[in-house]
Amino acid sequence: MEKFNKHTGLVAPLDIANVDTDQIIPKQFLQKTERVGFGVHLFHDSRYLDSAGKKPNPEFVLNKPQYQGASILLARENFGCGSSREHAPWALEEFGFKVIIAPSFADIFYGNCINIGLLPIKLSENEIEQLFQKSAQGDLTLDIDLPNNTVSCGELSFSFSLSKFQQYSLEEGVDSVGWTLNKLDIIEAFEAKMPAWQ
Amino acid sequence: MANGLTMYEKLWQNHLVEDKAGETPLLYVDRHLIHEVTSPQAFANLRFQNRPVRHPERTIATMDHNISTRSIEINAAGEGAANQLRALEKNCKEFGIKLFGMGHKNQGIVHVMGPELGLTLPGTIIVCGDSHTATHGAFGALAFGIGTSEVEHVFATQTLRQNKAKTMKIEVKGQVGAGISAKDIVLAIIGKTGSAGATGYVVEYCGEAIEALSMEERMTVCNMSIEFGAKAGLIAPDKTTFDYVEGKEYAPKGEVFAQAVADWKQLKSDDDAVFDSVITLEAKDIKAQVTWGTTPGQVISIDGVVPAPEDFSDPIEKESCVNALKYMDLTAGTKITDISVNKVFIGSCTNSRIEDLRAAANVVEKFVAKGHQVVSTVDAIIVPGSYRVKEQAEDEGLDQIFMDAGFEWRLPGCSMCLGMNDDVLGEGDRCASTSNRNFEGRQGRGSRTHLVSPEMAAAAALTGHFVDLNA
Repeated sequence: MEKFNKHTGLVAPLDIANVDTDQIIPKQFLQKTERVGFGVHLFHDSRYLDSAGKKPNPEFVLNKPQYQGASILLARENFGCGSSREHAPWALEEFGFKVIIAPSFADIFYGNCINIGLLPIKLSENEIEQLFQKSAQGDLTLDIDLPNNTVSCGELSFSFSLSKFQQYSLEEGVDSVGWTLNKLDIIEAFEAKMPAWQ
Repeated sequence: MANGLTMYEKLWQNHLVEDKAGETPLLYVDRHLIHEVTSPQAFANLRFQNRPVRHPERTIATMDHNISTRSIEINAAGEGAANQLRALEKNCKEFGIKLFGMGHKNQGIVHVMGPELGLTLPGTIIVCGDSHTATHGAFGALAFGIGTSEVEHVFATQTLRQNKAKTMKIEVKGQVGAGISAKDIVLAIIGKTGSAGATGYVVEYCGEAIEALSMEERMTVCNMSIEFGAKAGLIAPDKTTFDYVEGKEYAPKGEVFAQAVADWKQLKSDDDAVFDSVITLEAKDIKAQVTWGTTPGQVISIDGVVPAPEDFSDPIEKESCVNALKYMDLTAGTKITDISVNKVFIGSCTNSRIEDLRAAANVVEKFVAKGHQVVSTVDAIIVPGSYRVKEQAEDEGLDQIFMDAGFEWRLPGCSMCLGMNDDVLGEGDRCASTSNRNFEGRQGRGSRTHLVSPEMAAAAALTGHFVDLNA
């Protein structure tokens, strides 16, 4: 996993609540055995007017000229709800997003983002509203500082938090499986004490 | 004196391998269920890192998500699906994992298969790369969906890192009225909490109405925990649970079973346990439920009408209502019983077990006695949850009741719940579905889903619209 430190990028505002992972990456694109090839299908049903994905929908935020190259997605409450498919954060990451900012995330999606190095940032409803308003006034570029836990733009600055280990994992690009494999003795000791039925 | 513990806290403590300052707590995973869609990348990474599956005997695989419901041929659901199914075969063989593949007597939807084989046990932690893993919480197991990176972590270590969730108690007091199903209970709960009402929580369902449920019904309730954001849903194991588990193929036997039951009886929340949140419903107030919108929380009683945006004070709910009415092509004020459907799907990990099929067949028989058949404008399919369910249903003659009435009787699989195979709705189709998600495009681009109980779905097939079966 790549290390995450600081990032400055353009914001794309997705002003919809309860965006589910079926919307982020519809099921017909889950039939891959590789970890790549999902970005092109991100938000497929809203992004394209046709099923084949040839005709971009000009009304969809990611197709608008001013948001080309966006790397920060600004979203509403309960982002990433529904299916546990990690394909959703894979698609967002492959499309070019490094950061997702929302007032709340679905639990599984949030964990999946951390596990692949995509930074999910929770801000208050009020702070999110300010960012949406600022974005509506013209291109909004945000500075994300993970070590200092801040999202800022000029005089505007908000702070966010992650659990200690999640913060460390993102900053250091920790191989979480390798990390746990270093503790095999502890796991084996636990197993030795388990009841027979377990 | 310290307060007592909730069931979740007991399960947590029993599985805590390490809780070190500065690290996310490490939990032991007893059982790992896998399927073809969310596992291939995890296997690929193991191979890349040259890591083995640490306890292959603790993982069980099946094929369910993208298989055909018309044929047991691996190629029948298209090339992409066949590639994933073959990859699963190859991976299971290479890493020594038991697989119930195409046509195997134990094959089925992963959350139907686990319980009926006794792979699902109270007091365990069960994970699967599928959000409806919460189903297994019906047994008093801490069960939740995980992403593919976590699937890999479980493969390699048999553990998982999890932050502790908050606890929510949902008590359904008293007894439900006649004809009210477990699906109606859970949809009513979601209607009350909203689609994200339990995000960050593990929910425990309790109360007389929950205790009265069979294991199949409890699974329906716990299955939909994720639909209001809960990490997991739990029901305290009791005699109903132990009787169900005893004698199942993979369940412990003899003295080990007796010891297990003794341990499982300790799991229920202590009387003085404190929950972070408590929600109470009166069972007698719960009526048959139908979703009208595009999240499971957009649900209303069968005797109600489609709501209007003005009915919501919260601006986001108002906006969501506007969008949902547009997508669903519904007009506010329309009676729910006046909504016509042209597709009916009875199946999915929510409602494809034997009791679901019996309940649907019972409704079918009543309507057939009155001269009804599946309406000519409606396509109705029934997809049993597993080969065991299919066989049981056929032994009881349920398949014949359905087929005689004009339903299609299919082979087991996830099918139209998510439409990864060819069981997909077309643009503008309106479906009465016993599944768990009514998201935009879930069952097919531009299609419209109404989540209902098996009884309601059967009635909709035979009349062409939703019916108040208690009216």
